Amino acid sequence: MTAKHRSWLGMALIGTALALAPIVVGASLGNAWVRVLDFAALYIMLALGLNIVVGFAGLLDLGYIAFYAVGAYLYALLASPHFGIHWPVWAVLPLGALVAGIFGVLLGAPTLRLRGDYLAIVTLGFGEIIRIFLNNLNTPVNITNGPKGIARIDAISLFGQPLSKSVDFLGITFSGVMLYYYLFVVLALGIVFVGIRLQDSRIGRAWVAIREDEVAAKACGINTRNVKLLAFAMGATFGGVSGGLFAGFQEFVSPESFGLMESIMVLCMVVLGGMGHIPGVILGGLMLTVLPEAFRHGAGPMQQAVFGKVLLDPEALRMLLFGLALIAVMLYRPAGLWPEPRHRRELAK
Amino acid sequence: MDIFLQQIINGLTLGSIYALVALGYTMVYGILGLINFAHGEVVMIGALSSLTVIRLLADSGLPGPVVVLIGLLAAALVCMALGFTIERVAYRPLRNAPRLAPLITAIGVSIVLQQLAMLTWGRSYHSVPALLPAATHEVLGATFTEVQVIIVAVAALTMAGLMLLVNRTRLGRAMRATAENPAIAGLMGVDANRIISLTFVIGSALAALAGVLVAANYGIAHYHMGFILGLKAFTAAVLGGIGNLAGAVVGGVLLGVIEALGAGYIGDLTGGVLGSHYQDVFAFFVLIVVLIFRPSGLMGEKVSERA
Repeated sequence: MTAKHRSWLGMALIGTALALAPIVVGASLGNAWVRVLDFAALYIMLALGLNIVVGFAGLLDLGYIAFYAVGAYLYALLASPHFGIHWPVWAVLPLGALVAGIFGVLLGAPTLRLRGDYLAIVTLGFGEIIRIFLNNLNTPVNITNGPKGIARIDAISLFGQPLSKSVDFLGITFSGVMLYYYLFVVLALGIVFVGIRLQDSRIGRAWVAIREDEVAAKACGINTRNVKLLAFAMGATFGGVSGGLFAGFQEFVSPESFGLMESIMVLCMVVLGGMGHIPGVILGGLMLTVLPEAFRHGAGPMQQAVFGKVLLDPEALRMLLFGLALIAVMLYRPAGLWPEPRHRRELAK
Repeated sequence: MDIFLQQIINGLTLGSIYALVALGYTMVYGILGLINFAHGEVVMIGALSSLTVIRLLADSGLPGPVVVLIGLLAAALVCMALGFTIERVAYRPLRNAPRLAPLITAIGVSIVLQQLAMLTWGRSYHSVPALLPAATHEVLGATFTEVQVIIVAVAALTMAGLMLLVNRTRLGRAMRATAENPAIAGLMGVDANRIISLTFVIGSALAALAGVLVAANYGIAHYHMGFILGLKAFTAAVLGGIGNLAGAVVGGVLLGVIEALGAGYIGDLTGGVLGSHYQDVFAFFVLIVVLIFRPSGLMGEKVSERA
């Protein structure tokens, strides 16, 4: 069997596993867990977008969730009874991608002269500004409906089939969360494909060059400003698309979903998984959505069993362990759990 | 006019607290070139642990200011130990790692401290007993409380003390030498690790003081108070020129005043379109503008594009 055959076989196996996952999970653990998988796919898309900015280009962005928010609110405004506009998903998602991309350039243009950690703080401030505006733009003209958020958003519907309604196919009932799962996985795979192609392209190599040494990259004739802006815009675009999907999936958005903690969560997926390494980032996204969820379900009953009562609030315990895990991974595996081979070589020497 | 004066007074109070916290950021940044993201949470721990001690002593019959002083001392001890531990556990092993690594551990430390505080003190807002003299005085139509005077005075004295320490003592000289170049300072007989530890301990003591003052100013404390305060203090440090002690003080006071004036006037300026709940936007807006037009801050030296 040649390498090519082997890689086709591998892809076929992964494809089958991805296709069967929601059916198996739904039958064994229930639809709540399929929903967790939906979120995992959504977060993986987000993390892959952030990976372009942080992992490839080495620009630390702590306000990434703002682009997710832009995409989500755009969907919410253009497909809900809030303004009485009901655009189809085909129109809203590309528009969301475009608008988020423009926001990315708007944020990127003035901040690109800054050094790493300054950039982090400015992007963090930008994220907070967006959230404060979402929270307060209900007066004098009610645009975002303030802290209450926008409800009754149209579900995503494809070919006249709203994904929130279940469908019978081949004797299996596919519930709404399963349909969303397939949509998200297909889109996530698309983003993975784009990510891989970008990584190997001239632009991708320029990003890595800037990350490794900006001065040297400039000396090699890379227009660092434009290339960095492109990284920002590209990452923001992915964020905007994921945000639109999130709004259509949840059918509800509120500023609460777009806090700093969310930005940090996505950043941690990228960093814990392995910055700049797409399989690592996918692993990070999957782990950080599934493990906390498992913990949420498991921690209470486990304490009950061991101590006879719930000693510590499971939610606080989950965050506590999350913080400790961040510290531990950085101390013992600073390049992430599944780092890029090139990184590993550098760290070894 | 009275609104103007009133907001200046409020801004000075808030600003001197920002300045105290900003000093902690700027000292660490000056020596290690690292943003100590967890510093805001140290302030929060300081406020809450002083509150616990103050509540224990509230019925002891001791005069109010003495109780607050004991609370402050206890908080300072807790925070100093905390600062020392944070540096040892989360920063020292990563001193030669890529810049991102200590930033991530710092975020991890913040999360851990916040959750520990939540488990210890609960989710609720704690009201702080008013033990400091709270009588109000009136000047030119603006009112100020004695608490505000105490806050500004204590902060000013502390900062003056810190300046003396850094500029006039042997320890201060060692700190400045380490900030300049740790390796060379080491050759001159300065134990750089000890100096770095001490910097964290001093910064944390200032954070404890800031925590107590903030609690006294607003009369409330809760486990989530550190984040936004830390962020604003960091903004203040950047505004003044990070790494520069006098800059942190100027930046803190300036940011406090800008914020207070902004909150006071934004409604009138925009014809009521934007209200005072946009107060928090000012800090970030100032931060972004400063970083774009003067990345080295108001009093900072020129820094290279990439360090």
